[in-house]
Amino acid sequence: MNHERIVGTAVPRKEGREKVTGKAVYVDDMVLPGMLYGATVRSQIPRGRIKKITFETSVAWSEFVIVSAKDIPGKNCIALIGDDQPCLASDSINHPEEPVLLLAHPDRHALRKAVDAVSIEYNPLPAIFTMEESERGSEIVWGTDNVFKTYLIQKGNVDDVWSRADYIIEGEYSTGAQEQLYIENNGMVAAYDAKQGITVWGSLQCPYYVHKALMALCDLPAEKVRVVQMETGGAFGGKEDYPSMIAGHAALLAMKSGKPVKIVYDRAEDMAATTKRHPSRTRHRTALSRDGKILGGEIEFTIDGGAYATLSSVVLSRGAIHAGGPYYWPSVRIRAKAVATNAPPHGAFRGFGGPQSIFAMERHMDRIAQVVGLSPVEIRRRNFLQPGQTTTTEQVVRELIDLGKLLDRAISVSEYQTKKQEFAIENGTGATKKGIGIAAFLHGAGFTGSGERYLSSVVGVEGCADGGVRILVSSTEFGQGTKTVLCQIAAEALGLRYEDVTIAQPDTTEVPNSGPTVASRTVMVVGKLVESAARGIHQTLKLSGMLGDSYSAEEFRAACQAYVAGHGQLRSWAQYDPPPDVFWDDEKYRGEAYAAYSWAVYIAEVSVDLTTYSVSVNDFVALQEVGRVLHPVLAIGQIVGGVAQGIGFALFEKVIWQQGRMQNNQMTNYIMPTSSDLPPIRVFFEELGNVHGAFGAKGIGELPMDGPAPAIVNAIEDALGVRFDSIPLMPEDIYDAITARSLRGEDEVASVIR
Amino acid sequence: MRSDPKDYELVAPGSLQAAVGLLARSPGEWLPIAGGTDVMVQYAAGKLPSRKLVSIWNLAELRSIEVLANEIRLGAGCTYTNIREHGVIGREFPMLSSAARWTGGIANQNRGTLGGNIVNASPAADSLPALLAYDAELILISVRGERRLPYAGFHAGYKKTKLAPDELIRAVCLPRRFSGYVCHARKVGSRNAQAISKVCMAALGRVAGQTVEDVHIAVGSVAPVPLRLSETELMLRGKVINESLVSAAKKMAVAEIRPIDDIRSTAKYRAAVTGNLVAEFLNLLSADGKA
Amino acid sequence: MKKELVELKINGRTHELAIEPSALLLDVLRQDLGLTGSKRGCDESSCGACTVLVDGVAMMSCTLLAASCQEQEITTVEGVSQHGSLAAIQKAYGDWGGAQCGFCTPGFIMTVKSLMAENPDPSEAEVRAALSSNLCRCTGYSQMYAAIKSAIAAERNAMVEAK
Repeated sequence: MNHERIVGTAVPRKEGREKVTGKAVYVDDMVLPGMLYGATVRSQIPRGRIKKITFETSVAWSEFVIVSAKDIPGKNCIALIGDDQPCLASDSINHPEEPVLLLAHPDRHALRKAVDAVSIEYNPLPAIFTMEESERGSEIVWGTDNVFKTYLIQKGNVDDVWSRADYIIEGEYSTGAQEQLYIENNGMVAAYDAKQGITVWGSLQCPYYVHKALMALCDLPAEKVRVVQMETGGAFGGKEDYPSMIAGHAALLAMKSGKPVKIVYDRAEDMAATTKRHPSRTRHRTALSRDGKILGGEIEFTIDGGAYATLSSVVLSRGAIHAGGPYYWPSVRIRAKAVATNAPPHGAFRGFGGPQSIFAMERHMDRIAQVVGLSPVEIRRRNFLQPGQTTTTEQVVRELIDLGKLLDRAISVSEYQTKKQEFAIENGTGATKKGIGIAAFLHGAGFTGSGERYLSSVVGVEGCADGGVRILVSSTEFGQGTKTVLCQIAAEALGLRYEDVTIAQPDTTEVPNSGPTVASRTVMVVGKLVESAARGIHQTLKLSGMLGDSYSAEEFRAACQAYVAGHGQLRSWAQYDPPPDVFWDDEKYRGEAYAAYSWAVYIAEVSVDLTTYSVSVNDFVALQEVGRVLHPVLAIGQIVGGVAQGIGFALFEKVIWQQGRMQNNQMTNYIMPTSSDLPPIRVFFEELGNVHGAFGAKGIGELPMDGPAPAIVNAIEDALGVRFDSIPLMPEDIYDAITARSLRGEDEVASVIR
Repeated sequence: MRSDPKDYELVAPGSLQAAVGLLARSPGEWLPIAGGTDVMVQYAAGKLPSRKLVSIWNLAELRSIEVLANEIRLGAGCTYTNIREHGVIGREFPMLSSAARWTGGIANQNRGTLGGNIVNASPAADSLPALLAYDAELILISVRGERRLPYAGFHAGYKKTKLAPDELIRAVCLPRRFSGYVCHARKVGSRNAQAISKVCMAALGRVAGQTVEDVHIAVGSVAPVPLRLSETELMLRGKVINESLVSAAKKMAVAEIRPIDDIRSTAKYRAAVTGNLVAEFLNLLSADGKA
Repeated sequence: MKKELVELKINGRTHELAIEPSALLLDVLRQDLGLTGSKRGCDESSCGACTVLVDGVAMMSCTLLAASCQEQEITTVEGVSQHGSLAAIQKAYGDWGGAQCGFCTPGFIMTVKSLMAENPDPSEAEVRAALSSNLCRCTGYSQMYAAIKSAIAAERNAMVEAK
């Protein structure tokens, strides 16, 4: 399998040189002649109706361009899945960061005073801030019942298992909001011209999402909307849907003023107003046999979507499908629900519902192990999905995955058993307690269910006049290495040198819609299309008689040059074609949820300081099967970076809410890990390959976000003998739990565990 | 950047005399700015009420570290980097070195000054408990001359100090009389670097056998001002360290502080950790007595 | 307040500029001089994306008054590579995965440059402590450690060869 020359090697990152020299151009580095700077006036209350807007006389308003909902030429919404989120509030306010007015001025320093000089009077309405309040329905803040979406996944007859069960084990688990905290804040530049229409340049993941939103908002045909991705300083899902909002705002100001307008958020605004990971609550009720085999269970998965539907339905779907983990459930009923509250809408963040429901599953497995009297290792081993068995959506596992083998290797490299024994002795004395914890999990690559069929992505590859090859995709680079890996794939497919292949900067006037850069789909799905489009170039050259079956890079170059000289253009397109054996039922939520899964076992070692109740992660083993690793350095980078974010999710990153508003919207007060806070993160790969992905690749980007939190919290329970079912788990929570235990007494704790 | 530079004035006098002269002409009108690690953050956040800034960053008179026979005199303009790199401070005042290392990240340490940390008067400032524990004294300067006063008591309340509107801190003096003391300083923050303290403590003491001869315990982030735990110290002096004394000291320490709930932590957590840190220190002191 | 003339020495060139006395160095670099390599990430000296060297010392330009840097040598990421060839640390960050999205990279390059100047053979603990001034959300930092090691080795080899 490893006869490839380019995939599997650490070629230099395509845009690497620009990045290390500071020459890479991000949106805030861009200046257009006559450009204005834009700012957003936001609501200050969580819910109500606008009564009156007053412009204080301290500001020279005639110098400003002012846009309100009345200036919107098209539909006042950010078109996405549903169209419920307004671009600018005209009457109703549903969360405390809702955009109401837009201002623009040539001097960006003049804007803040102007924003502060707009005062809005409201008729306030009662607001709700928790999933429980939303479910009670005492206030209906969205639709008729506060519910954005529900799913029901049913396999077998779970109602029958309870009477046969030797153990019935229940648990409730929750996760908090998490800020993506890309280091580059969101931003857009827009320019308008009556003839050409609107152009936006920005920091974004999904050019065609922005394109669709601008067409609806500005009432323009497709050809009069152009979206260009600038170098993007991190995204992690945080630049999936909100860029459409900012692009819309910049476009409205540009249309009204006739001048280019730049809107770049500062950190405080970005953190407060843009999306975060959905807070979640998962309830498990599981039936087990005496020997620790899962007989069946019920899982209730609920997420807080915030004020508008945005991406909640799809986050919910992925969370629900991943809720059963990498285990075999003879029967299961999963009820999933996304509810509305009066917080800014929650959105995409690496893992997309998976980290939430997998946290619950993997904490629950440790709880099951205790009750049944098996080790965390053994309980998992006995329940792992095997090839030929079916998942919770009754997808047959066709991959030849051996999770038991992954588990054995992770246990061996982490020295799990030795450490278990050492810690049992060491923890008897001293103010530091050590523990070790496991998480086993899977992550589906690509859009869920029929998603890829609906997307129907198109990819182009062109032969250039100079004989080189250029990839045309809307898939974006924001650190993961999209450009590099897609170029590797094309070079490999065509037998060219890596340097012979370039990739176009995503610009909707130049590249086809290869789908959004989300859902761990780029290398697997788009990569496969790039491979096939690249082969199409060879086919064309071959059919034209300019190139044989075997050729050197120089011969290819010459043939390509000759073809372009003769025909003017050499292009090859590939469109997604769903595999024939894939079946998915959108109604029953049953079938092949994903074309392929990545699988992993992570092991975390922690120590808890009982003087300060703080946790240190001392060692971290991340072992995964992600198909073929196309670029070892980038792949390790994805895993380590994801684990670091997962450690943050578990132990550091807490959004402090007050009336739906983030209070700690500063980098000093929202705590992400620094280099001094992370353990050595040891990355290991198994490579089984994958028929659906380019050169055997599967998805990798989101996977590492799923496992760290449960592995760490399992390790903390191992260290302290105290259960924690909610993250972020802060030292304050550990203190509270330890104090509560000493008040209750040891025996009672034991009975709680049983 | 939420301020408009057009709204602000900045002057940079060439000498310390010129700087205090400016302050004297219109007391309270000019805000002195040294490294600016606090002031400039407020400025960038649009939250700086003073519109007139006087830069004292480049004043050489404030940057010296003098090692005298009985004390070390640190110019108020010394940066945390100057402090953590200074050999004598490292040997004789290790808790101040540690505090300098704990403050912000290295780029902040290259810019932030000891005098600025004192005048900014944040109860969470990392260096202040060390200054309290070491019985530091301050030399203040104005056109009226210099005056010297103990650092203890300098903070009059939350973000309030005894500095007159026309005064600057000129130097911080640390008496060189703590050799042979057991020192224990800890910062409890939300992460291991670039963290604002939830609790910080600097404590030193001396035992004869197991009897406490002298003890200083100072804590930060647990009251409107950094505190010396004087009641706890008084209770400990002359006593034999044992389990019941440690537990009494923990209780008394908790009774002396006034922690609050805020976006960084909770009052009860801060109280418990303060007690634990005091106990940890006393156990170290006791171990030293047994050694 | 009126603009004043200041003289700033940046990357070996002297610039005479009319700026507001309370202008931030980061704004002057990015807006007045078009040196956009230094990035704005937080405005509160937390993220380090704006790190520059002032007389060789790492400082965050987002909270630094430009006027206070007169008479001093300012180095930005644009001044790190010379005559079009990458400095060892830049090459190593590129090769070893030290840069992903690239937005924090210029700040890290400056921090590491000052670390390597002060401490030619740092331990991993020293590297971690030095890097903790800057935040990176992509990498989890560990590939940066490999990059720094490799840059140090490359510089050492270059010195040996030069001898």
